[in-house]
Amino acid sequence: MTAHGRNLVPMLAIGAAALVLPFLLPDYRIQLAFLWVMILFALTWDIMGGQMGYNSFGNILYFGIGMYVCAVIQRDAGFDYFPGLFIGLGAAAIFSVVIAAVLGAGLLGLRGHYFAIGTLGLGIAAGEIASGWDYIGAGSGMVTPVFPGEIGGRQTFFYFASFVLAVVTFLVLKRIYAGRFGLAINAIRDDEDKAEAMGLHTTRYKTVAWCVSAFFLGIAGGLVGNLIGFIDPRDVAFAGATYGVFMVLMAILGGKGTLWGPVIGATVFHVMQEVFWTYLLGWQRVALGLLIVVIVVFFPQGILGWVREHFPERFGIRVETATDDADAR
Amino acid sequence: MLQVEDVSKRFGGVVANADISIKVNPGEIVGLIGPNGSGKTTLFNSIVGFHPIDSGSIRFQGHEISRLRVPQIARLGMLRTFQQTRVYGRVSCMQNMRISTPQRDERLRNMFARFPPEIDDRAEELLEFVGLFSKRHLLAGELSFGQQKLLEFAMALMNGPKMLLLDEPTAGINPTLINGLIDRLRRANAEMGITLLVIEHNMRVIMNLAQRMYCLAHGELLAEGPPERIQKDERVVAAYLGAH
Repeated sequence: MTAHGRNLVPMLAIGAAALVLPFLLPDYRIQLAFLWVMILFALTWDIMGGQMGYNSFGNILYFGIGMYVCAVIQRDAGFDYFPGLFIGLGAAAIFSVVIAAVLGAGLLGLRGHYFAIGTLGLGIAAGEIASGWDYIGAGSGMVTPVFPGEIGGRQTFFYFASFVLAVVTFLVLKRIYAGRFGLAINAIRDDEDKAEAMGLHTTRYKTVAWCVSAFFLGIAGGLVGNLIGFIDPRDVAFAGATYGVFMVLMAILGGKGTLWGPVIGATVFHVMQEVFWTYLLGWQRVALGLLIVVIVVFFPQGILGWVREHFPERFGIRVETATDDADAR
Repeated sequence: MLQVEDVSKRFGGVVANADISIKVNPGEIVGLIGPNGSGKTTLFNSIVGFHPIDSGSIRFQGHEISRLRVPQIARLGMLRTFQQTRVYGRVSCMQNMRISTPQRDERLRNMFARFPPEIDDRAEELLEFVGLFSKRHLLAGELSFGQQKLLEFAMALMNGPKMLLLDEPTAGINPTLINGLIDRLRRANAEMGITLLVIEHNMRVIMNLAQRMYCLAHGELLAEGPPERIQKDERVVAAYLGAH
């Protein structure tokens, strides 16, 4: 949709900033790492919610599953730190995808609001199960293995790991949105009956879309568990009330159904959230709640959605001046 | 090509179709007429698998299709257009065309594939054919109703169907455009070899276009034959003027 050259400049600028920031602001490495995780949250939510029109409130499930799967493998499989971490992340991705495929077969037959409501219970149920299951520490949570390097090395390592994962997610989505997959899920969003009437394998595309979300969320979960060092079942892994809601809001704030929208939305949201914590301590939740209301009321289309509406030519939406179709009124 | 035998469909106590039998031969243009509520669209929906039928048999190229679902029937090469237009409103016309290519081989690798450039060439050719070439980068939802109908027609052609079921292709279209549309339907039939089954209320259009016609009234098959005979059939005239 957007030309190569116009994408390249912001991408290079972001890349340069990403490399320099952790060294300029070493105290903020965890918050900066979370910025990348937030961008990933918004991007993966938008696959379903924005591009396909299926609002999912259950995506946090895959984040939590990934976090636990990775941590269990690191704890029990007996590998050294780094091999254990990489195998754990791989397992987290695979496990999340399998769960998404199984759940998708059941839930993706639901349409519209019914699907949204159906997914609402997923994160809550998973949080309850995790906090009652002794094998993964139950309510007292799990501690991830100690990072081997020097003190502070953990933050730097996982900052860059989150950065790379967010960038890979972005590039993969950019690539698959440009092809058949992207248009197929757009078609499902715009008119699912028509898509079926044209012979599209709608169920297959929907399931695959959820699996793509789950894949990246699973890996992100594995990374975040290690970044924080401690996994709480309800407040970190299956944090539906915070991350689960944030991923929806960030995508909406930036502009649903666009590639850059979730990136912009997540950045704006995360920075504001950190500012509220710093300057409005005690009132940060109230401020955040008000921000959410303002987003939904004043930016229902999001930042990029607003720009697209006002400057459609920038997005390639234009009429050609040729008159060869004068008869089509 | 298409054989519908003794198909019945009831909605609660309402008999929408009662023992309807129609036959469409390869390469034909067949019309389906009847007053409002006579069961034409219900019959279309039954044929394309939108809802199950109560009894009877529907065969397409010799295959029994009455138990298949909509996408499966579409992939066999029988497509329908809708009375109320249906296009993918928030993507451009070109993108509407691209995703309308046949979906017969959807393995994971193909699902993530890019669109080959031939597809864009074909899409532009067909948009030119229906007269929407200069609007190809507009969002489909921004087109007028008539233009959306033309786009829907082009999308159906993009799919390379063997047979097209058109539900009132000229309804809501500017009268000056209708002649062009008739011409395009004929060319799709003659040049692309697409068999057509057309529901139409505009008598001038259907008498011009169809080689053979069926007339439905009150869910029953009333008459069949070439346009001249249907035009003079007393039962048909009575059905339209309300003598029933």
